[in-house]
Amino acid sequence: MEKPISDNAGSQEAICESRRDFLYTCSLAAPLLLLALQAKLVCAFAASEPAYNPREHRYGMGIDVSRCIGCGRCVDACKNENDVPREPFYFRTWVERYVINSAGDTSVDSPNGGISGFPATSSERGILRTFFVPKLCNQCDDPPCVQVCPVGATFATEDGVVLVDRDYCICCRYCVQACPYGARFIDPRTRTADKCTFCYHRVTRGLLPACVEVCPTGARVFGDIKQRSSPLARFTRFHKIHTLKPHMNTKPKVYYADLDEEVR
Amino acid sequence: MPQQLARLLVVFAVLTGGLVVTRHLLIPKTFGQRGHYRAAAVTTIQELPVRYAGREACADCHADIVGLHGKGRHQTVSCEVCHGPAAAHTLAPVENQLPAPRKRAYCPLCHGYDPSRPTGFPQIDPVSHNPMKPCITCHNPHQPEPPHVPEECGACHGEIARTKAVSRHALLPCTQCHKTPVQHKVTPRLLHPDKPRNREFCGQCHAKDAGSPREIPRIDLATHGGRYLCWQCHYPHMPEVD
Repeated sequence: MEKPISDNAGSQEAICESRRDFLYTCSLAAPLLLLALQAKLVCAFAASEPAYNPREHRYGMGIDVSRCIGCGRCVDACKNENDVPREPFYFRTWVERYVINSAGDTSVDSPNGGISGFPATSSERGILRTFFVPKLCNQCDDPPCVQVCPVGATFATEDGVVLVDRDYCICCRYCVQACPYGARFIDPRTRTADKCTFCYHRVTRGLLPACVEVCPTGARVFGDIKQRSSPLARFTRFHKIHTLKPHMNTKPKVYYADLDEEVR
Repeated sequence: MPQQLARLLVVFAVLTGGLVVTRHLLIPKTFGQRGHYRAAAVTTIQELPVRYAGREACADCHADIVGLHGKGRHQTVSCEVCHGPAAAHTLAPVENQLPAPRKRAYCPLCHGYDPSRPTGFPQIDPVSHNPMKPCITCHNPHQPEPPHVPEECGACHGEIARTKAVSRHALLPCTQCHKTPVQHKVTPRLLHPDKPRNREFCGQCHAKDAGSPREIPRIDLATHGGRYLCWQCHYPHMPEVD
């Protein structure tokens, strides 16, 4: 009985010695270990750096009404980029023509959203002033469409863009009714609500929205509201800005320069 | 514990368990991560394909045309405005050739006269402007030339020239109303062209007893407009129709 115990005690002593050794070696290796850990952390950070962080952005669009020539290229590009149905009445962006006559009456038309230009006005007689106004989702800071959605299928992202979750939308059309700007429609193929996303898939990759990309006169300006130096910040510094239906308290992020009182 | 209370507790436990299981099954995994929505939907939208490559992409291969285009009047017009979405073309250039609009109907989308367009934007009347000819026979779309009517003044006074070109006064030379010293072209700020100073000047054509062609609108200088000079109500470079 005794022998094994003494044997045990002997082996325990040996382990103790080796443990001391082990700890000593460990303390020597500790800086190395830390270095390795740090290298791994740095690697992880470097990998996550180009990843898109929505909290660093807040997008908005500026529209210079006095530069719009009503060519409808933005409408065409939007339909191409976002696979919007080609038939009339489905628009994420569209161009309206305002004609105000000497009597003060305003007529607005937007044949097929302006995608193939505008037919000549029947006569120039009696026109007081006339101009084009591009329209799109105003990406409100306080969006009524998000408020009314019963299932949380439409929402404002952290960078201020209002999006629609196609897989979650139940097509109740509350949001279409709630939008004061008429910016939403029901996609006839998927039976879900759809609207302008500021080309979210493009802007998060560092590209411009398709409509801004193709605007030939620079009537559309896109940028970050948070940045002090962005094309949009410059636009809002040098123009008198108006938003659509400010009395609705929706706080739109589409800023119009040179907007006429008649535009709703 | 009374029997009925034990039963009630069992029922309550079953209901609670059912609720938890149902919620777990019905509510999507990422719902509520960032707000009252499915966070995965943002990723889905972010991953949608890009169709327009952006204007920087073209310069990689077509440096010559991009260079020419970048100096001309169409420099603000992105390549993809006329040639269409180019993302597929950048990936497989040969398989996905881009169209180039060559028809006469295309350019008037921007340059056809429309009173709603901003004043001074270069426009033509597609009916009367060299009918039937495709625009590209005279104009290089990558570096279009400004209009030559009227040739000399329009070089500096482009906005006025372009406005006048589509107005009722299109055929009048600038010098009809502005006597211009030759030296104005050399030292424009020292020697100014003159401007009409009185109503009688416009009356040479528009007075009711003027000897001008019949289709020119007439007024009675003695009664029309009262104390105002003509150009205080009418813009001579784009007089209104009625």
